[in-house]
Amino acid sequence: MSTAEKQMDTNTASASDIRKRKIADVVNAGLKRRYAAERRFRFYGIAAIALSLIMLVVLFVTILGNGLTAFVQTRVTMDVVVSAERIDPQGTRKREDLITGDYQGAVRDAVLALFPDVTSRKDRKDLMELFSTGAGYELQKQVMANPDLIGKTIRIEVPVASEFDMLAKGYISRTVPEAERKISDKQIAWYDALKSKGMISTGFNTTLFSAGDSRQPELAGLWGAVVGSFYTLVVTLALSFPIGVAAAIYLEEFAPKNKWTDIIEVNINNLAAVPSIVFGLLGLAVFLQFFGLPRSAPVVGGLVLMLMNLPIIIIASRAALKSVPPSIREAALGLGASKLQMIFHHVLPLAMPGMLTGTIIGMAHALGETAPLLMIGMVAFVVDIPHTPLDPSTVLPVQIYLWADSPERAFVERTSAAIIVLLGFLILMNAAAVLLRKKFERRW
Amino acid sequence: MPEAMETQMTAGTPLLSDTSAVKVAARDVNVFYGEKHAIKGVNLDIKQNEVTAFIGPSGCGKSTFLRSINRMNDTIDICRVTGSIALDGGNVYDRSIDVVQLRARVGMVFQKPNPFPKSIYENVAYGPRIHGLCRHKDELDEVVMGSLERAGLLNEVKDRLDQPGTGLSGGQQQRLCIARAIAVNPEVILMDEPCSALDPIATAKIEELIDELRENFTIVIVTHSMQQAARVSQRTAFFHLGTLIECSDTEQVFTNPIHKLTQGYITGRFG
Repeated sequence: MSTAEKQMDTNTASASDIRKRKIADVVNAGLKRRYAAERRFRFYGIAAIALSLIMLVVLFVTILGNGLTAFVQTRVTMDVVVSAERIDPQGTRKREDLITGDYQGAVRDAVLALFPDVTSRKDRKDLMELFSTGAGYELQKQVMANPDLIGKTIRIEVPVASEFDMLAKGYISRTVPEAERKISDKQIAWYDALKSKGMISTGFNTTLFSAGDSRQPELAGLWGAVVGSFYTLVVTLALSFPIGVAAAIYLEEFAPKNKWTDIIEVNINNLAAVPSIVFGLLGLAVFLQFFGLPRSAPVVGGLVLMLMNLPIIIIASRAALKSVPPSIREAALGLGASKLQMIFHHVLPLAMPGMLTGTIIGMAHALGETAPLLMIGMVAFVVDIPHTPLDPSTVLPVQIYLWADSPERAFVERTSAAIIVLLGFLILMNAAAVLLRKKFERRW
Repeated sequence: MPEAMETQMTAGTPLLSDTSAVKVAARDVNVFYGEKHAIKGVNLDIKQNEVTAFIGPSGCGKSTFLRSINRMNDTIDICRVTGSIALDGGNVYDRSIDVVQLRARVGMVFQKPNPFPKSIYENVAYGPRIHGLCRHKDELDEVVMGSLERAGLLNEVKDRLDQPGTGLSGGQQQRLCIARAIAVNPEVILMDEPCSALDPIATAKIEELIDELRENFTIVIVTHSMQQAARVSQRTAFFHLGTLIECSDTEQVFTNPIHKLTQGYITGRFG
């Protein structure tokens, strides 16, 4: 190798070195910017999550703070003389006579016996306001169950009127001037007298979970709404899951790809975006007016929510079917499975977790839905617990709406309590979704 | 497409003189994907109890032709097949032929091992079960064990038949797929590049298996590896751009190809 050639060799070597170094520098310079962008992005992500967590905490703290006290109820325990004159003046001991007995009168006698110095008509009326009108019903229930109690003295535990429950829980302040609160100083003094006698107690509010709605907060319960929601969701699930899955299977696996199926697909997507109140109007026009189904009934609510849920379930199910690997379909078809066998033996089991997730999201949506149910009359004031899906009833979110609209202070905490119950059911449903997914996914 | 429709002359002996040994006879087969003319006028006889290999560069239509034998192309909406493919003399595209029955007679093994996400036993038992081939559990057990045995897999899996087939290694999965295919006892087995996802040892095992299976089944295999075609097949068909260029005994094709394109392909000048 000549010197000249050597010289050239080192020249080219150093040239490529310089290029290499330059590239490294350029990359280095950019590197800082790239990492900074990544750090920024992470920060945004963490900030977003922190913000939503704070909101969630605020929500839960507010609702729990407002609502937890509703799970406790102040009660008064007193002895009542079940006098035959009040309950059964004829002495027949027959059901139809017992049912008309003056139980409230018996309670009144007992109360007045506690405060013999209250004599004026107005004071006596005010005194009776301390006690829930539920006292008479409670007494009636016990006597009807056991007529032998007539003539004896029995001890009953009855809720105090909601204002005094609020007083006990500290929501009504004693320092507020008398004119600005619903209860008088006299009534407070009577309440305190009862308390000093040890007749006031607090316990778990079973009424909230066993009674239907009532105008008196201390007698109002969620059970009617819970049962109504249950019937509504059963109807919704029983109709929308099979119809939705069948529609998804047909559209995804069997339907020819042409103009008509395109139109159907677009319309299903459109339906998923239709405001829910429109489905309520449709239900009102079709199910109530045309088919003459009963008003306020869970069966109609279920039908309306089914219409609302179907597009969601169809879209989720189609996505789940699409995600099943084609190799599994080919394997089944290659063995000579018919199309239906391929779908039911192989594709459906693999698509099931996705379908169930979509369905449960839809059902959770349906559980919280209010607007369409208002249109079909499920906003009615229903005291009785529904026994069939055809009985008039209301649902949890509508009950929340109704209570939130009520002026009594005690309904404020009951509204929050109802929200807690609704959220509890939603969490249960989501847990069910997770469990079902886990169970079906193990098939892989 | 007048020039494309005309029947191309194929070099070698695509048609067999001994018609009694012909298992599958394709005549003037054209396959279209929408506007695309994927297979152009193929005439080919596939001999009974032999391994026929389809070779050719990517996109030449060998897989398409293979899949039209058991009508797997039916699942593609835009795919259209003309001409006739006769299995034992009966055209598989005839209206009287039921596709489910056809696929019970013509099994298939795919490029990527695709066991069902079920147990090993269930994978093999699925075919006999849907066709109602076995009346009793004992009979089914026998078929499953026999198929696994013939696929050379029994010794490796006999202690874990209830475990998922997807938990096996790639080569084992492919042999499971072969066991699943032969459990139905088909007459023809189509294999679409069965070894392309496997390592050389697993490939060797499958090739050995193919050689054994030929005694009882007619096998058609699509392969990218010319060595594999040379090792396992008795006859070889070379496809190029949808046309069957040459078909002869494997030895003939690899040692003394007639057509220039065949020569070019097997010597590695293109492909």
